[in-house]
Amino acid sequence: MSVTLKINGETRTLNADPDSPLLWAIRDELGMTGTKFGCGIASCGACTVHWDGVPIRSCQTMVGDVDGAEITTIEGVNGKAAKAIQAAWNELDVPQCGYCQSGQIMAATALLSETPKPSDEDIDAAMDGNVCRCATYARIRKAIHVAADKMEG
Amino acid sequence: MLHMLQKPLEAQKPSRRTFLKMSAGAVGGLVIAMNLPRAAKAAAGSSEFAQPFVHIRPDNTVIVLSKHLDKGQGTATGLTTLVADELDASYEQVAVEFAPSNPQVYANTLFGVQGTGGSTAMANSFIQYRQAGAAAKAMIVAAAAQKWGVPAGEITVSNGVVSHPSGNSASLGELAGLAAEQDVPAEPVLKTPDKWVYIGKSFPRLDVRNKTIGAPNTYTMDFQRDDLLVATVARAPRFGGEVKSFDASEAKKMPGVVSVFQIPHGIAVVAKSTWPAIKGRELLEIEWDDSEAETRSSDAMFAELKDMTAKPGLKVREDGDVDAALEASARVLEADYEFPFLAHGAMEPLDAAIQFDGDTAELWLGSQLQTVDHNVAATILGIGFEKVKINTLWAGGSFGRRAQADSHPVAEVAFLAKAMQAAGMDPAPVKIVWTREDDMAGGYYRPMSAHKVKVGLDENNSVTGFKYNIAAKSIIKGTPFEAMLMKDGVDHNMTEGAHDTTYALGVMNMDQTLQETKVPVLWWRSVGHTHTAYVMETMIDRIAKETGKDPVALRLELMKDDPRKANVLKLAAEKAGWDTPAPEGRHRGVAVHKSFGSYVAEVAEISFREDGTIKVEKVTAAVDCGTPINPDNIRAQVEGGIGYGLGAILRNQVTLVDGVVEETNFDTYEPLRISDMPEIDVHIVASNEAPTGIGEPGTPPIGPAIANAIAAAKGEWVTTLPLTKAGLV
Ligand code: FES
Ligand code: FES
Repeated sequence: MSVTLKINGETRTLNADPDSPLLWAIRDELGMTGTKFGCGIASCGACTVHWDGVPIRSCQTMVGDVDGAEITTIEGVNGKAAKAIQAAWNELDVPQCGYCQSGQIMAATALLSETPKPSDEDIDAAMDGNVCRCATYARIRKAIHVAADKMEG
Repeated sequence: MLHMLQKPLEAQKPSRRTFLKMSAGAVGGLVIAMNLPRAAKAAAGSSEFAQPFVHIRPDNTVIVLSKHLDKGQGTATGLTTLVADELDASYEQVAVEFAPSNPQVYANTLFGVQGTGGSTAMANSFIQYRQAGAAAKAMIVAAAAQKWGVPAGEITVSNGVVSHPSGNSASLGELAGLAAEQDVPAEPVLKTPDKWVYIGKSFPRLDVRNKTIGAPNTYTMDFQRDDLLVATVARAPRFGGEVKSFDASEAKKMPGVVSVFQIPHGIAVVAKSTWPAIKGRELLEIEWDDSEAETRSSDAMFAELKDMTAKPGLKVREDGDVDAALEASARVLEADYEFPFLAHGAMEPLDAAIQFDGDTAELWLGSQLQTVDHNVAATILGIGFEKVKINTLWAGGSFGRRAQADSHPVAEVAFLAKAMQAAGMDPAPVKIVWTREDDMAGGYYRPMSAHKVKVGLDENNSVTGFKYNIAAKSIIKGTPFEAMLMKDGVDHNMTEGAHDTTYALGVMNMDQTLQETKVPVLWWRSVGHTHTAYVMETMIDRIAKETGKDPVALRLELMKDDPRKANVLKLAAEKAGWDTPAPEGRHRGVAVHKSFGSYVAEVAEISFREDGTIKVEKVTAAVDCGTPINPDNIRAQVEGGIGYGLGAILRNQVTLVDGVVEETNFDTYEPLRISDMPEIDVHIVASNEAPTGIGEPGTPPIGPAIANAIAAAKGEWVTTLPLTKAGLV
């Protein structure tokens, strides 16, 4: 069975097992490795992508479920919120090892798209599923606020 | 894994010898430190400047070769900063690449082999990389002098532009070829600190952009080739277990699975991509032989450790007759501590890739001990050291996990590549991927430990004696590092931060007893300090309470000839407002500790939720790590070090039931999350001392600072970690 989806604006066909995780199809079949494998059980957020703009865990989303879907990965994320987030991440030198940061940026972009001026509580609620073992959390929080200001300005 | 490598290690005897020979070459490494390794000057006509640490390309890029792995600590940027400063290159023109594996040129001058760890990257490179930049600059200037026919002394270099008052000017790239032909200065002259343009100024990190766009070819996990094969390995569920028999027929039927091989570490399933390698492994039928395996539960292992601390052990420190001192004391404080196994849980699970054609091999991995990895691969493959090429890639964290004495992830790919070759398969590259479960249940933990402490106080509230018995498995014993790092059978890594305390504690004796278990253990961000700082700093607080003294004042009183430690303690206390009462509902605790040459004091402020659990609200830190090369990166490392330690203190432990690991993923080994992260305020002491470590020193004080804050509220110190066990999380 093959599945057709729109990924980063391009229509692509996946020949992967419909019961296999979208994560591995994106990484191994489409060769886009920005989306990371961290836990495989929806506990870390490293594999976060957008499905119609909503952040999902691609390690627990099966290929068979995304037929016709619009998926965005870190390689294709764009728009005002994404640009502000990436700029703030660079300005504040947020990443350390960086391995979690694709997922952090996807989650933070979705947050700002929904809630342009998030409170600390909003940030906790939206970002608690994204683990950073380097504990860059203080800078992630600050960078989201900086990005929100950038979007306003 | 070490325990599984017993057989392969036999076969690896030459490797062990080679390794020791290289370690003995440590002396050579030190010579290298004084004399900058340099390429001979280039023949005329070359257009590129290529010295071991610096390349200048005709397109005007300056490439710095980082001999160290960067696993998130900003090391690659730090080394580039040193070169760029002395060379007067512009920030825009510099880039960094990882150096090849070559211990003659790229040894860590403190280890004698190429490797990263012990927070030594800046300490061992501070002179070397500046010399490399200064030598390059001298050669650029000599080239310009030759080209323009002017005295070298009249030429200046600033922000990547070489100029002369006559109006001549050129970029570094334009002069690269001619510079390469100049004599390499034997003693390059370094700038005085007042001339530094980048050092001390928070040079932005060079890896951030790639890490915010999901750039390819960054991490080993992302390593790709058209013909790449991906493998997983089924390893023994109990440490020390071996394969008795296996049946791979169902696994081989899985679409995408290419082949199945037995290697010393277990059964490897080789597939065309990752998912079939993961699913195919589930179809293996394996019978394990546990006759040599660790089959105890962690509770039983703790019971053994506690017994060990009740008896005399190996003498680590012996000031005198501590029992007599305690006997003569007016009061004796006693405490027993227990620390669990901890997994590193780096965000990128372990992985390594290899391509072997029977004659030469190339590897790709986040190599933390290149020389050891290199040796292990060459030995297993039965080829010369020079036939192996190691490509170091960025690592998605390590916290110590990627620096193993046995290079077991490399050993696995080497055995697999050899088996594939022997089976007549085409020499395709193959990458072994560890799942989170493999990584977390795979051992190499921070050792579990038990500690028994007795402190004597006299009528005047002076400390008369300090008796400290510790029991744990040694990280060093039985590895090739033993010869270098253990003396008289004593493992000083285990007791660092305690046996060398600068507190005056009367007669201080310290004994250690080494536990034997097949569970492999490893250094975990700050190694022995992870437990010694907790014990020492909570005991000091108990003494303060017992003697009615202020915890900061008592520390300053007990500290002997340790002005830098006293300084960070006073600074953190001042910035945290120690002398004023904590805000309503909050409680403070303090700790100060020296590790890896650096001094860090932390004041933690906590509150209690209605259900009695704690919330860490704020941490104020003061740090003295010598000359601050990159203040913003120092702050980042202290923030990260605090967060890493905090997660462990709050709720992390690896437990075994009948030898099988219970916590295998982030659902049961609950990592710190953004909602747990306190506000962190870091203050850096200005200093002209040589730079010391910063990747680890932020971690040790956070546990005791929190325990002391809890005690400030409740009057009792938690001595069994994590805090979940006390119902505080
Ligand atoms: S890999 Fe998907 S949430 Fe961790
Ligand atoms: S930056 Fe390393 S895990 Fe987040």
